[in-house]
Amino acid sequence: MNMVNGIFMDFNKLKERLTALALIEEVPATPPAAPAKGEEEQPPAEPAAPVSRPAASETDYPVRGFHLDVKVAADSVVAAATILDEEGFFLEAVTGVDWIKDKELEVVYDYTIWQPTCRVVIRTRLNREAPEVPTISEVCPGANWHERETHDFFGIKFSGHPDLTPLLLPEDADFHPLLKDFQV
Amino acid sequence: MDSEIIRVIAFLVGVIAFAALNAAYLVWLERKEAAHIQRRIGPKEVGPFGLLQPMVDGIKLMTKQILIPDGVDPILFRLAPILAMIPAIMCFVTIPFSQELVARNINLGLLMIFAFASINVLALLLGGWASANKYAVISAARAVAQNVAYEIPMLITVITMVMITGTLNLNDIVAQQPNISQWYIFRFSASPLMPVAFLIFFVCSLAETNRAPFDLSEAESELVAGFHTEYSSMGFGLFFMGEYANIVIGSSLAVILFLGGWQDPFGLFPGVWWFLIKLYCLIFTVIWIRWTYPRTQFYGLLNLSWKILIPISLFNLLLTAGFLKVF
Amino acid sequence: MSHPLPINNQESFVLNLGPQHPATHGVLRVKLTMDGEYIMHAEPVLGYIHRMHEKMGENRTWAQFMPNTGRMDYLSALSFNHCYAALVEKAMGIEVPERAEYLRVITVELNRISSHLVWFGAFILDLGGFSPLLYAFDDREHILDLLESVTGSRLTYCYFRFGGLYNDIDENFVDGTREFIKTMRERLPMYHNLVTKNIILIKRIKDIGPISKETIRKYGATGPVARGSGIDYDIRKNEPYSIYPEFDFDIPVYTECDSMARYMVRMDEIEQSMRIIEQALDKLPEGPIMAPKVPKILKPPKGDYYQAVESARGSLGMRAVSDGTNKAYRLKVRSPTFSNLSLFSEVSEGMLLPDALALMGSLDLVIPEIDR
Repeated sequence: MNMVNGIFMDFNKLKERLTALALIEEVPATPPAAPAKGEEEQPPAEPAAPVSRPAASETDYPVRGFHLDVKVAADSVVAAATILDEEGFFLEAVTGVDWIKDKELEVVYDYTIWQPTCRVVIRTRLNREAPEVPTISEVCPGANWHERETHDFFGIKFSGHPDLTPLLLPEDADFHPLLKDFQV
Repeated sequence: MDSEIIRVIAFLVGVIAFAALNAAYLVWLERKEAAHIQRRIGPKEVGPFGLLQPMVDGIKLMTKQILIPDGVDPILFRLAPILAMIPAIMCFVTIPFSQELVARNINLGLLMIFAFASINVLALLLGGWASANKYAVISAARAVAQNVAYEIPMLITVITMVMITGTLNLNDIVAQQPNISQWYIFRFSASPLMPVAFLIFFVCSLAETNRAPFDLSEAESELVAGFHTEYSSMGFGLFFMGEYANIVIGSSLAVILFLGGWQDPFGLFPGVWWFLIKLYCLIFTVIWIRWTYPRTQFYGLLNLSWKILIPISLFNLLLTAGFLKVF
Repeated sequence: MSHPLPINNQESFVLNLGPQHPATHGVLRVKLTMDGEYIMHAEPVLGYIHRMHEKMGENRTWAQFMPNTGRMDYLSALSFNHCYAALVEKAMGIEVPERAEYLRVITVELNRISSHLVWFGAFILDLGGFSPLLYAFDDREHILDLLESVTGSRLTYCYFRFGGLYNDIDENFVDGTREFIKTMRERLPMYHNLVTKNIILIKRIKDIGPISKETIRKYGATGPVARGSGIDYDIRKNEPYSIYPEFDFDIPVYTECDSMARYMVRMDEIEQSMRIIEQALDKLPEGPIMAPKVPKILKPPKGDYYQAVESARGSLGMRAVSDGTNKAYRLKVRSPTFSNLSLFSEVSEGMLLPDALALMGSLDLVIPEIDR
C-alpha cells in the first residue's frame, strides 16, 4: 500500500478530492491497527458502536490490483470522472455487477494513469428495478462504448448518453444477459 | 479479294486466340511468379507445372451462371464486359509481331491503337455505373480520373516519338531500329531524355491498365473488387481477359516504340521470337512490380501524373523538337 | 432504372464496409457516411462475433474458464492466458515457481512476435502489398511450431495453469527458439528494406491518421497505438507483473502520432521481445513448473480483483468479483482493441477512404477480442 506514496505526488490530494465525493458508510468499529481492509461489504451487524466514515479506502494493491476504491452516489460519478480527468487519468473500463440479493446493481468504473502506477475504482450502487446513472461520456468520450456495453448486459440506463442502442448484442435485443436472473 | 478475306479471317481467329491464350497463360505466369516471389509453389495439381490450370479455370468460368443482380441497368451491365474485350482485341490488329506477321499494316496504326484503347475506360465506367453498387461506382469514378490523368503524359510521349520517327506506321517505326544502339530507348541523338520517356510510357501504361501499384479502381482491400464486384462468370472473365489483353498491348507498344520491336539484335531466331521475348520480359516486370509494391494513394497517383509526369514529358517534347530543329 | 445513390437531392451516401469486407479482417462492420471518397462519419458496428464469454465465466469454475481466454484474442492468446492466470493467482495468493514465470515470459513474448508478424502482413495487405504477408506468415510458422511443441496447440492456447504451466519445455524448444531469433534478426532488415523504406508505403502511412495524445487519453487507447503517439505506457514497465523487471528491454516510443509511428513501434517491439526471450533463455532456472500446493477447488476470498497485462494490442485487464464460491460472481474482460477502436470514429472524420483503412489497419484490430 505504501508503494503508491512517494512516486505519486498527488495521491493524497486525489484521495482527498475523491473522499469528499464518497458516500458515508457505516462500518463496525474495528481495532485501529488494520483499517485498510475495510473495503468489503460489512453490514452494521455488530451493535457495538458503528463508525461513520467516507467510503473511500486505499486497497492492498498486490492483492487487489488497484490502489483506491471509492463508493459514490449515482449522481456523483460525473464529478468523480471530472476530478480524475483533471488529474490525468483515463478510463479503462465501465462494467456492472448484479447484486441480486441486495436488489442492487453496481456500476464499476476503472481508471488508471500513464505515469505513476495508480488504479482507481469508482463504484456506485443503483436500484435494481430502475437502474439509472448519469453518463460520463461527456467527460471521457471513451466511456461511450463502455456504457453502451454495460447497458446491453445489465440494462443500466445511462441518462444523457447520446446513443444507447445495443453495441455487442443484436440490434433488436431486449434482454440483458449478465443479470443473474437471466436464464441461459 | 478472296485471299484477302481468308487473310482477314485467319488473322481475326489468330488475334482472338492470341489474346485469349495470353489472358489464360498470363494468369498462370502471374500465379507462378507471385508464388515464387512469395516462397510458395503456385499451381501444380492440374497438368505438369499446373499448366492446365488456366483451362480448368476457363471452363469453370464459362459454366457458371451469369448473375444479373436486381436494380442493375440490364443493357449496360451486359454491354460493359464486351466493350472491355472488343477494343483490346482490335488493338492487336495493327501490332507487328514480325515484319510480315501483322494483321493490317495500316499507316495510322499508332493512332488506331490509342483510339481503341481509350474505349476501355468507358467499359469500366459503364460496368461500374450499371452495377448499381457503391463500391463499383467509386471504382468507376477512380478509373476515369486515373485514365484521364495518365492518357495525357502517355500521349505527349507518343507525340514525341512520332516527331522523331516521322510515321504512325508501327512496322516502319520498328524498321528504324535495326540494332540495339539504334533502339529508341538509347537514341540519345534524338533526345537525351529517351530512357526517361520510356519510363514515363511504361508507368503510364501500368496506370492505364490499372495494374499495381496503380490498381486503385480494383483495390480489393478498399473497394472489394471495384467495377467488377457484381460480375460473375464470363462477365468477370471478359473484364479479366480485357485487362490482360491491355497489358499485352501496352507492353507491345513499349517494345515497338522503344525496344526495337521484332528487330533481332543478335541474329539467333526469327524476329517474331524476339518480339515475344521482349514482350514477355516487360510483362514479367509488370507482374514483378505488382507483387512487390503496395498500392499508391489516389491523390498521390494524380499528383504523380499532373505534377511530375506531364511536366517532364512536356519538357521532353520541347527538347526533342529543339534537337530535331537544330541537328 | 433505380440507382441506390442519391444523385441530385443529397450529397452524401452511406457505405457499408463489412461485415464481410477484405479490409476489416473478420466481421467488423463500419457504417460510413461518405461524401464522394471523403468520410463524413464512421460508425463501427460491433457484435457480429459476440459470444458472451463473461457470462460463461460466471457459469464455469475458475479453472474451466481458462480455455475461453485463448479464444478471445486468437492472435495473442497467451497474453489472455497470462492475465487470467495471474488474476486468479493474485486472488488465491498462489506463488508461481520461478521457472514457470520465465517460461511464461518466453512463450508470451513469442506469441507477441507472432501477433505482430500477422499484423505486419495484414497491414501491408490493406495497403495493397501482397507479398510481405506471406513472408510474415513464413516466420510466424516457426513460432507456431515452437509453441505447438510445448503447448499442444497452434492458435488458441490453453497453456497456463493456476500456479504454473501445463508442460515443461525441452531442449528442442530452446534450440529452436534461439534458431528462430537468429533467423528473425536476419529477416527484420529484409522487411525494412522491402517495406519500411518503400516510398509508396511511406507516402501511404506517413502523416496519415494522426491521433493526438489527448485523444488517446480520452478514449483510453493503449498499447502500440498509444506508444505511437509519444506515450511511454507499457504495463510491463509501468505496472510490472510476472518477472518482467528482471529483464533489460526498451519500450519503443514514437512521437509522430501517425500510422507510420504505430508501424515502427510494432516493428521495434519484435526486436525488444527477442531481447527478452534471449535473456530469459540465458537465465532460465531449473526447478518445478507448478506451485506445490494448488487446491483442486479454487475458492478465492470474497472481494474483487483486477489484473492488467500488456497484450500485443495494449493494456488487457480482467476484473473478477468473487463471492467465495468456486465460480466467479462476475468476470469482466477489458480488451485493449475495444478502446482502441472507439477512437476510430473521431479520428477518421474527413479522411479519404483508403487513408481511413490505413488508419484502421494501424490500430491492429482483432474482432473476436473486441466482441468477446
